[in-house]
Amino acid sequence: MEKTEYLDLYHQMVVIRRLEESAAELYQSGKIGGFLHLYVGQEAVSTGLIAARRPEDRVITAYRDHGVAINVGISANQVMAELLGKATGISKGKGGSMHMADVTKNFWGGHAIVGAHLPLAAGLALGDAYRDQKAVTICMFGDGATNIGFFHEALNLSKVWNLPVVWVCENNRYGMGTTIERASAVSEIRHKADGYGMKNQVVDGMDLLAVRETALQVFDEVRNGSGPQFLEIETYRFRGHSMGDPERYRQQEEVKNWQENDPIGIYHQHLIKDGIATEEELQQVVKDAEAVVKASVAFAESSPEPAPEELFTDIYVEE
Amino acid sequence: MARITMREAISQAVWEEMERDPDVFIMGQEVGVWGGTYAVTKGFYDHFGPRRVRDTPIAESAIVGAAIGSALTGLRPVAELMTINFAFVAMDHIVNEAAKLHYMFGGQMVLPLVIRTVGGGGRQLGATHSQTPDAIFAHFPGLKVVSPGTPADAKGLLKAAIRSQDPVMFIEHATLYQMRGEVPEGDYVVPIGKSVVQRPGRDVTIVTYSKMLEVSLKAADKLSQEGIEAEIVDLRTLRPLDMEPVIESFKKTNRAVVVEEGWPSYGVGAEISSRIYEQAFDYVDAPVKRVAQMEVPLPYNRTLEQMAIPNADDIIAAVKEVL
Repeated sequence: MEKTEYLDLYHQMVVIRRLEESAAELYQSGKIGGFLHLYVGQEAVSTGLIAARRPEDRVITAYRDHGVAINVGISANQVMAELLGKATGISKGKGGSMHMADVTKNFWGGHAIVGAHLPLAAGLALGDAYRDQKAVTICMFGDGATNIGFFHEALNLSKVWNLPVVWVCENNRYGMGTTIERASAVSEIRHKADGYGMKNQVVDGMDLLAVRETALQVFDEVRNGSGPQFLEIETYRFRGHSMGDPERYRQQEEVKNWQENDPIGIYHQHLIKDGIATEEELQQVVKDAEAVVKASVAFAESSPEPAPEELFTDIYVEE
Repeated sequence: MARITMREAISQAVWEEMERDPDVFIMGQEVGVWGGTYAVTKGFYDHFGPRRVRDTPIAESAIVGAAIGSALTGLRPVAELMTINFAFVAMDHIVNEAAKLHYMFGGQMVLPLVIRTVGGGGRQLGATHSQTPDAIFAHFPGLKVVSPGTPADAKGLLKAAIRSQDPVMFIEHATLYQMRGEVPEGDYVVPIGKSVVQRPGRDVTIVTYSKMLEVSLKAADKLSQEGIEAEIVDLRTLRPLDMEPVIESFKKTNRAVVVEEGWPSYGVGAEISSRIYEQAFDYVDAPVKRVAQMEVPLPYNRTLEQMAIPNADDIIAAVKEVL
């Protein structure tokens, strides 16, 4: 990677972090409605994965989707405007936090029914396989999704049809407030892929470069016909499941321990230690990122509400 | 024009569309090697090959979900659910994904998807395999729901569905596959969302669709012998619903009977009669009458099952009530 790429990945992670911190404040002040699921702590996962994909590779994720949105190149302005439900949002204010997508960037959403997007991912990959296009579909989901039927139907179908999908479980140890041990028959999630004869491995999700490196290799294999593969990426969300989470299910000490492994901090140290960037340069990146986020809030707040007629558009392509 | 069965008409529509457009493909349980559980796709596998004729596991969420995903990439899947009763297993993908994606992402996602499925009772298949839950699917904005009652409409509407940019539920009827009728050869397309008068009359309007069109036509013939001329409007599409021919007919007859095979509560008859009252109240000479299935899970026993499903005599009795 060139130095600019290293710095860009740092920039992306800081934008996601700061954008979500701002979003949390805007939620508290009532400017963002509905549900807000923050990605804080998990930034290295989507940043590393997306850094490893090619433009023709598709990505689809669950409702904790702000990180992917930024990583694929949706502007902070469009993300923030969507959170505020404005006409300038990436989904025109009709989707909200859980439903962001940009199909021109091969990002297929943002899906809010747990596990339901996994069969869709198989279909996206089928689209490429059908046309003999060498592309990978990256499907991200939480550990909680591995207990629902959709997961098993989709993994099975992908293997039966040898589809170019990379199934990525972001294991943050909790499905809402329920630990893996209390919800899943096997605690090592990747073993579920064994049941479908699928190659799988575990990756440290707090280490951006480890995620990127593994993803590069796996995407390459899948792109070249290995069939579907499974990645379990170990991570942790520093905030609650959503903004309305009292977090009675975990100890503050556990949260603190993980926070010491902040993915942004780890990457920061790596860049310094390997002499890729100086403290001053990284401070500048942080400043730039903060400016981007600040501008996005101003943009979103000053953006217009959707026009009333928007209520009735986009129901059908052909009325 | 050739006189062919509903099965042949449906098969012809899919075949011709697959010949016309390489992006059209079929997927579902037993659509390939078996040739379709209702033999609609017999011969397809040998002709079009395994890439375009895809047998799936018995996993309805995977079938509909993967069909949606492939449609998002620009393919035109015709996904078959063996019966509409199994659509409940895929309900999340039909309702929360197919019906919503275009709207929810601000118009970015387009899914030219057809879900072909089969409904209806009368074959002693028991309560779980005999339902007519069409109204449920017609409840959701974002879906189009089509259910033909003649071979010609089956061909023309299915072609329109395959060419549509929107997700379409195409509901066939298990006891209509052998029905014969004149079907135009070649590129015959019937637009989605157009109701049509299938039999002209002056005394009463019968509004119906699918299998109940056949039953209503029988009832109308008998009524005709008594000098009562029923006009029959075939909805053909449940969503978007075209009320124009219904209202036009009602303004002439001032009396209506709505006939559906499904249960009456919250059903097609409830919707149609409510709209008649809303749109033509000044023309009402008698309360609109609903003929529908008895409010029971369908039993296996033939006599009991037939008691529960509307027949021509039920329609005749209803017509006489409104006259």
